[in-house]
Amino acid sequence: MSQLLEVSGISVAFDGFKAINNLSFSIGPAELRAIIGPNGAGKTTFMDIVTGKTRPDSGHVTWGERNVSLLRMSESRIAREGIGRKFQRPTVFEDQSVLDNLVMALRNDRGPFSVLRYRRSDGDLGRVRELATEIGLADQLNTRAGILSHGQKQWLEIGMLLAQEPRLLLVDEPAAGMTKAERDRTVDLLRRAAETRAVIVVEHDMDFVRKLGCKVTVLHEGSVLAEGSLDHVTKNQDVIDVYLGR
Amino acid sequence: MIRSSFAPGVAPVLGAPKAHRSFVMRNPSVLIFLGILALFTLAVTLGAEATGTGALSTSFVKTLGMTLCLCLVAIAMDLVWGYCGILSLGHFAFFGLGGYMIGMWLMWERTEGIVLSATAAQALPPTPDELRAAVGQQIFGVVGGSEIPAIWAFASSLPAQLALVVLVPGLLALVFGWLAFRSRVTGVYLSILTQAMTLALALYLFQNESGLRGNNGLSGLQNIPGMTHLPQSEVSIRFFWASAAALAIGYVLAAWVVAGKFGSVIRGIRDDEARVRFLGYNVEGYKLVIFTLTAIIAAIAGALYYPQAGIISPAEIAPIASIYLAVWVAIGGRGRLYGAVIGAAFVSLVSSWFTGGQAPDIDLGFYVIRWTDWWLVLLGFSFILVTLFAPKGIGGLVDVIRHKVVPDRHGADLGPDKGSFREAEQQ
Amino acid sequence: MRLIRAIALAACLLVPIQALGQASPIQDLLQEHGEVIAKSSRKTIQPAIDALRESGLPAAQTVMERWQEKDLWIREADGAFFFVEKDGDTYTLLDIATGEPAGTADKSELKQLKPNSGIRGLIGAALVQFQLQDPNPASRRAALDAIARDPEASHLEALRGAIETEQDAEIRAAKERMERLLTIPYGDTDQARVAAIRSFDGDLGLDVRAALNPLLATRTVVVEGDAPEALNVARKLRPGGEELTFDDAYELLVSKDLAPPAVDRTAKRVALEANAENGLVAGFATTDLDTWTERNRAYDELAARGVVPADVPVEAQQEAVGAHSYYLAYAEPSAAITDAARRSLASIETGVMVSRGIDITLDALSLASLYFLAAIGLAITFGVMRVINMAHGEFIMMGAYTGYVVQQFVPNYTLSLVVALPLAFAVTFAAGVAMERLVIRWLYNRPLETLLATFGISIALQQLAKNIFGTQARPLTAPGWLDGALVFNDVISISYIRIAIFALGLIFLVLLLFTLNRTRLGLEVRAVTQNPRMAASMGINPDKINMLTFGLGSGIAGIAGVAIGLFAKVTSELGQDYIVQSFMTVVVGGVGNIWGTLAGAALIGFFQKGIEWFNPSNTLAAQTFMIVLIIIFIQFRPRGIIALKGRAAEA
Repeated sequence: MSQLLEVSGISVAFDGFKAINNLSFSIGPAELRAIIGPNGAGKTTFMDIVTGKTRPDSGHVTWGERNVSLLRMSESRIAREGIGRKFQRPTVFEDQSVLDNLVMALRNDRGPFSVLRYRRSDGDLGRVRELATEIGLADQLNTRAGILSHGQKQWLEIGMLLAQEPRLLLVDEPAAGMTKAERDRTVDLLRRAAETRAVIVVEHDMDFVRKLGCKVTVLHEGSVLAEGSLDHVTKNQDVIDVYLGR
Repeated sequence: MIRSSFAPGVAPVLGAPKAHRSFVMRNPSVLIFLGILALFTLAVTLGAEATGTGALSTSFVKTLGMTLCLCLVAIAMDLVWGYCGILSLGHFAFFGLGGYMIGMWLMWERTEGIVLSATAAQALPPTPDELRAAVGQQIFGVVGGSEIPAIWAFASSLPAQLALVVLVPGLLALVFGWLAFRSRVTGVYLSILTQAMTLALALYLFQNESGLRGNNGLSGLQNIPGMTHLPQSEVSIRFFWASAAALAIGYVLAAWVVAGKFGSVIRGIRDDEARVRFLGYNVEGYKLVIFTLTAIIAAIAGALYYPQAGIISPAEIAPIASIYLAVWVAIGGRGRLYGAVIGAAFVSLVSSWFTGGQAPDIDLGFYVIRWTDWWLVLLGFSFILVTLFAPKGIGGLVDVIRHKVVPDRHGADLGPDKGSFREAEQQ
Repeated sequence: MRLIRAIALAACLLVPIQALGQASPIQDLLQEHGEVIAKSSRKTIQPAIDALRESGLPAAQTVMERWQEKDLWIREADGAFFFVEKDGDTYTLLDIATGEPAGTADKSELKQLKPNSGIRGLIGAALVQFQLQDPNPASRRAALDAIARDPEASHLEALRGAIETEQDAEIRAAKERMERLLTIPYGDTDQARVAAIRSFDGDLGLDVRAALNPLLATRTVVVEGDAPEALNVARKLRPGGEELTFDDAYELLVSKDLAPPAVDRTAKRVALEANAENGLVAGFATTDLDTWTERNRAYDELAARGVVPADVPVEAQQEAVGAHSYYLAYAEPSAAITDAARRSLASIETGVMVSRGIDITLDALSLASLYFLAAIGLAITFGVMRVINMAHGEFIMMGAYTGYVVQQFVPNYTLSLVVALPLAFAVTFAAGVAMERLVIRWLYNRPLETLLATFGISIALQQLAKNIFGTQARPLTAPGWLDGALVFNDVISISYIRIAIFALGLIFLVLLLFTLNRTRLGLEVRAVTQNPRMAASMGINPDKINMLTFGLGSGIAGIAGVAIGLFAKVTSELGQDYIVQSFMTVVVGGVGNIWGTLAGAALIGFFQKGIEWFNPSNTLAAQTFMIVLIIIFIQFRPRGIIALKGRAAEA
């Protein structure tokens, strides 16, 4: 099976500190993957590299069927290539309505001049309503995003990611600060999303990861410590050492 | 909990959004603004010497016309700062450049007219070279030269100089913006960089070698070629109308830009630049478009302002002028177009009232406060107070009134600046 | 009257010398040349002066000096020479050899010698020799200075005569140098002059350049055919080229009567205007005469009618110019000498360039330390608090005014400086803390609003200063020991004030490095700089740190203000002149690092001086270019020279 994203041998150092050390990783076109690891394992830096925010000192990141390199692309170009990212803290545009947030994320031409001429078509609005229903915000399209609850903001952000129709979703600690009911919904949402695209979830919460029921990659000190099902990796002695040793 | 529905907040229209509502419908403030502007224009027309009762002096009509131009440049500032989060300390430089470009034509045409009428008495008509030399002597004699600099090549052509009004500041903004944005300079860094650009431009214009008459600047601009037969009272009201029209067009254009998806994106850039980038938008491109567009608006405002002011000199472009522009917008209220207009009009009019010596002195017994001396102190402190206690500016009053009708559950306001720190907090 | 006097004088000369009252060798010598001395003509006087100079008599110098000062008198009766002391109408005669009184005489019996300026010059030149051998070294130095001011051919011999006997090594060296300098224009042979010229290779003295440059003075020469042998040609000129316009070339021919004068445009215009009648000139309508083609035709028509002199056609002018050769020739006829001068000047030029490079470097260093002082406070506050303080320039101004006020109470400039520096620090420290407490701390996390609020403070403070101190500049006088400059040679010099500022910058660099790296406060400041939230959770009170940092940054601005006030006039706009450069320094240097600010200040100082080197007359242009360069620089190092990397940089 050809891989959607192939990361091979990347390293990056900040002032001598190796945040990522010869890391290799790959994921298929329709796969759900959880990445776990203690603090400082390099999870966020890994996402930064894939999304173009940080440039690695060495290594390759190739993408898609044509195996294009992501390393020379800008963040916005990578996003347009089909990689969506959700940050740890919910980052929606609080000053704008749920509708505006979603419309901005819709997969349309992103050039300044076509955006200037953009008019909301019925098709786009239909798609927005569909998404809003999926994330449970259909009644609040005209609400300012700033006054949503924390969990609603998380979903709005996920909704915006879905609106981008990415082929790969990078989700950073989606369950943080959610109630149990909200988490269950989130698991549900992510699993459904992974049916048609690749989803990488970075999470601390083992319970949440267990519910995702997917392959797990354990990072430690910037490289892959173990990979496999959750049960498999939790039996791995190295992993136990890393988690309990601290 | 999941589906709990909150109060609808400030949303103006409830329920599902409709696809095609007219622009004006979605932005009632535009209609209100245009109505007020039309009334104001009518009132001034009726009061002016040339067209009405003469209750308003010609110089006051000019002041009002100039104020409208300042309102226009304030709108540009609001677009770039209030909406896009770029605190540019360079937009008054673009304003001044626009003035210089039109000033070149005004000065050239007028000087040529004077030279022609002076040579009419001579036995021989001047050759083109002699005419140029005489005009050059008239214009550049003051900086000790009669050579006509290359940048005056198009000065005799109105269409060319009008094109330059747009092209020169537009290109400068494009090049500068491209350099600044592509290196991801943001926040106060960017402000300082724009200030440096302004200073560089002002210093350049201060030199006699700049070809724009050094610190003498361009003068006599109030004498409009082709309108010399008209009295200044007539010229002043015409320029007032032109300024009002430009302000109306500028306001509608700005409102249209910020109302749509483009407005969403630039406000997104203001609040969280990185997030917009990860949505796939080329943030630098958007910034460049808005920076250049507002520079052009500023230049047009300047091109209308300086024929009314009559003189332009490099001191007008000094960095402090651009900071005042920011002050106006801040006092009026950022992120709302009418706020910028209110701020510019209010502060510049009050300022000319105080500095014009019309404000009554206050006798404290041991010391007399003369407002010509103390106005800047007052302005400085009131500006601090506005920043501290009324970050929404005068425009915030509108919210206060409206919130009495529709209470807002959400208390804290999101200032346009917070976005620059959002990225930091992710870490 | 004249006749009578001449006869009397002639009679006197016949009187045997013994008959004169005061016989002495000097009197004899003067008598020998009595006639030419009395005649007082520049043309004939030289032998008399030479005789005096070469006489070796001890009184000769005094006599010549008093002669030069118009204090040498002739007794008409016997032609004897005396000095005179006036006392009413009776004049006391003094012996010229001994200075002793030698009787009295009535005014009418005496004739005062009044040498004209030409003769006084000759006497002066002769006197130089005496002065050069004067026992007092100061007089000898003064004589050398006098020669340097106004060198003459006659000095050369005097100098040569005065070298051998010179005991003082320093003065001897100066004399030898002067001798070589004088040999350059006045040497007897070309070889001697060339040797003198080449001996100055690489010498940076201004006097050398002043002596060499006139040798290379040129003039334009026009000849028919090839250049004559005698002409010392610098290079051939091409008429119509950059150095010689075609019109000038023809003009030169006309001035040498080698061609008839052409009628220039002004003259043609005047002629045409003079002959205009009823809108017509020679059948041409005046309204058509707005091009020179038409005007020339009309003029030629006038000439054909004989009304005006005919113009020389352009073809004829070209032919005339083409028939001659133009040369740029040296006034100095000897090619050997001009070659030597050129080569020497070239070698001197190289030396001058090197020295100027060093001089500019020194200048740049002092400018950099000034920028460092002005910017470091800003950099500290920006680094720690992410606050751009637009009122920083006004703190600089406050420091300068503090210095001015202190001088009003402490008249001793040195003492007042000692008082002013800490006081300025205290005043601006307090102002900074007040500003932080009252305004800035309410605006943390709103950097752009802080920028604007501090701008409000800036305009208010500036206007307050204007209201208190007025708009005119106030002096802040530097103590005497800071006046003047440290001079290395004619090119390299640096004023003591600049050295003092450099030292001040250095002191603050060391102080700050110590404070930040070796003290508890520094540790806490660095912690807050790198991660405010983490620092707060470690028990550091960020509020206190912010307050102290802001005070410290402002205080240093006050010190910088005193330093700047010492050489710039203190006005309310003083701070404005430095604020943008300070911003640039911070931006270029990078945030949160003293070394970064130092590097930024150095870069900007050297940028500015470097640009001034290429375009020394225009400091405005230098600043413009500097800012443009900085904007370009930011392209390559957006986070400054010394940038924090990794997570810290994102903050």
